[in-house]
Amino acid sequence: MRALLRPALVCCLVFSVVTGIVYPAVVGGVASLLFPRQASGSAIRGTDGRIAGSRLVGQPFTSGRYLWGRPSATTPAYNAAASSGSNLGPTSAVLDSLVRARVATLRASYTAVGLSAPGDPIPVDLVTASGSGLDPDISPASARWQVARIAAARGVSRERVQAIIDQHTERPWLGVVGDARVHVLAVNLALDAERP
Amino acid sequence: MTGKSVLELLVFVALLAAGAVPLGGYLARVARGDRHLLARVFGPIERGVYRAMGVDPAREMTWSGYATAALVFSAIGYVLLYLLLRTQGVLPLNPNALGAVAPDLAMNTAISFVTNTNWQAYGGESTMSHLSQMFGLGVQNFLSAATGLAVLVALIRGFSRERASTIGNFWADLVRGTLYVLLPLSLVLALLLVWQGVPQTARGTVSATLVEPLRIDDTTMVTTQTIAVGPVASQLAIKQLGTNGGGYYNVNSAHPLENPTPLATLLESLAILLIPAALCVTFGHLVGDRRQGWALLAVMFVIFLPLVTMTIAAESTATAALAQDGVAVNAGPDAPGGQMEGKEVRFGIAQSAIWATATTAASNGSVNAMHDSFTPIGGLIPMWLMQLGEVVFGGVGSGLYGLLAFVLIAVFVAGLLVGRTPEYLGKKVEAFEMKMASIAVLAPATVVLLAGALAVGTTAGRAGVFNSGPHGFSEVLYAVSSAANNNGSAFGGLSANSPFYNTLLGAAMIIGRFWVMVPMLAIAGAMARKARVPVGAGTLPTHGPLFVGLVVGTIVLVGALTFLPALALGPIAEQLSAR
Repeated sequence: MRALLRPALVCCLVFSVVTGIVYPAVVGGVASLLFPRQASGSAIRGTDGRIAGSRLVGQPFTSGRYLWGRPSATTPAYNAAASSGSNLGPTSAVLDSLVRARVATLRASYTAVGLSAPGDPIPVDLVTASGSGLDPDISPASARWQVARIAAARGVSRERVQAIIDQHTERPWLGVVGDARVHVLAVNLALDAERP
Repeated sequence: MTGKSVLELLVFVALLAAGAVPLGGYLARVARGDRHLLARVFGPIERGVYRAMGVDPAREMTWSGYATAALVFSAIGYVLLYLLLRTQGVLPLNPNALGAVAPDLAMNTAISFVTNTNWQAYGGESTMSHLSQMFGLGVQNFLSAATGLAVLVALIRGFSRERASTIGNFWADLVRGTLYVLLPLSLVLALLLVWQGVPQTARGTVSATLVEPLRIDDTTMVTTQTIAVGPVASQLAIKQLGTNGGGYYNVNSAHPLENPTPLATLLESLAILLIPAALCVTFGHLVGDRRQGWALLAVMFVIFLPLVTMTIAAESTATAALAQDGVAVNAGPDAPGGQMEGKEVRFGIAQSAIWATATTAASNGSVNAMHDSFTPIGGLIPMWLMQLGEVVFGGVGSGLYGLLAFVLIAVFVAGLLVGRTPEYLGKKVEAFEMKMASIAVLAPATVVLLAGALAVGTTAGRAGVFNSGPHGFSEVLYAVSSAANNNGSAFGGLSANSPFYNTLLGAAMIIGRFWVMVPMLAIAGAMARKARVPVGAGTLPTHGPLFVGLVVGTIVLVGALTFLPALALGPIAEQLSAR
């Protein structure tokens, strides 16, 4: 038994240093040389130079002037220090009533700017909470559903809003991998830059 | 289910096969101790480690010596990790000033990482200091995977040797697996992931000013967003490659900083299955008959492919809670459609479903979508894959040694059918091996059922349930299946951080790990001692479709007969009551 304790202890300690310190440090060192922006969290800055967010982390939007992201299950919404999904089951009555309320809220966002809500049904990603509570994207269909409202609230043309959305739409990688998506924060920063 | 989903699955499978074949050949060279490029570079480190440990890598061990070394090593790893978690509050590299981890949670977490389970009863960014993540959890990610790898290599030696009393040196297998396999692969993957946007920094948080302040009520406004960052990429790479699954963030690889793009998720989900798939190829190399390895890989794919297709199909539909008036649930090029609650838009349905199936086929357990919110059938398949004993790909090393237990049972049953002594790779399969294989197969299954019964039969167990009805039962069944088979994924609604669940699941993880590992090493010892029987007219070839079918049948029958009654109370009842 004693003969096994030394190798076991030494092995744990040596590899604690190798895999616990040297390895992350090497990754960190090379990453800061090759990909400094990504390595520190992909911050994007607003027009005033302050950090306006991470390119990868979504933010909450509730005003009709902005493109809305997906519902978030974190407290408060889009809390990037404590990520969380809703974990509501597929037949949950709570989920059922939450979705009903989200549909109503989205439709009401149109009446608030003096329009009637579009006849098209709302794409499912816009009325469901994401897995992380921090989803930075919505589907292009969900963005399109909001165009008329944003245009009315800002007094710009629908074509202009749709053009900005198209600029910040990514297609699946090589046309196959992943889904098409609109970057909500980038669209909203672009909208603000256009007519503050 | 769209044509694009099928295409994504094909891309995934093609890339997996393309990576597994060369890696399998390389792993065989490492296992044999052959000379290769990395051995020339890191050879001095390897020899230095042996000197510091005071071991002679050439000195071989009996199966019991090998098993004792593996057990002592795991025990020491457990003690060190437990102490680190209990003292992280006063140790350095704690930028967010997190306190000590509570005793029951520290015990559960230490067991979880030492057994390669990575069940997480805590939220990473709000519980673990950087030191704990890197120096504690990250290290066990490597060492627990390397332990599984070592045990598998020893078992293969048992099959390929004749009249031998030893099965290799545990320390040499452990060090080589870490230095030459897990570390280099992790380094490459970590850098690719940083390129895609995963942070790797010593800082704890980034503070951003919200573009639109969030009004909570009349007096409270949220104006800033605190974004948790840290050494994420390095831990993420090994958590995927080592079939660990313990994420940096609470929501694991659903977090946009842990899994920023569709390309990142493709790489991460390939990394889940890469080593377990490659080890089948390695097996063929090491037993001197490549076809034997292809047959085992075929077993895995024959079970995996229909199940992953069913998961994609199930998630492409939406339950009534989502498919309400005024909601569009159909997929199109501009909309994911389907059961999007708990899923991320950048992955959509296909990448979420492929991941969920891969992570539970392998004993990885990381998630990129919340399994708790999957459709009943979409949640049943991951659960059942775990209950099959984590042998369809399974853990690094542990998956294939678990599968070999089923292989022995399959040849034994086949032998009984035709009235001949069963053989595998020229070795007679006798009573002792059958006893050991039965323990390895039945121990985790027994624990799942007993622990599940205990949890739903006690107030403390029921207190953790989040959703009501059959889905609540599914949460419990999923948790015990995950722990007893060393997977680590969860129906996240279950509040598992209670003394009851921390203790119950801790015990389940220990049994699920070591009551498989030790019997399989005993088989290794018994097989090594046997002489090879010449191939005769009555020998069952173990590389053809008939054999693949027998093994698949054995796995599916054992899994179905053992768990159908329990599954009927959970996901099946939920599916039937849904509409």
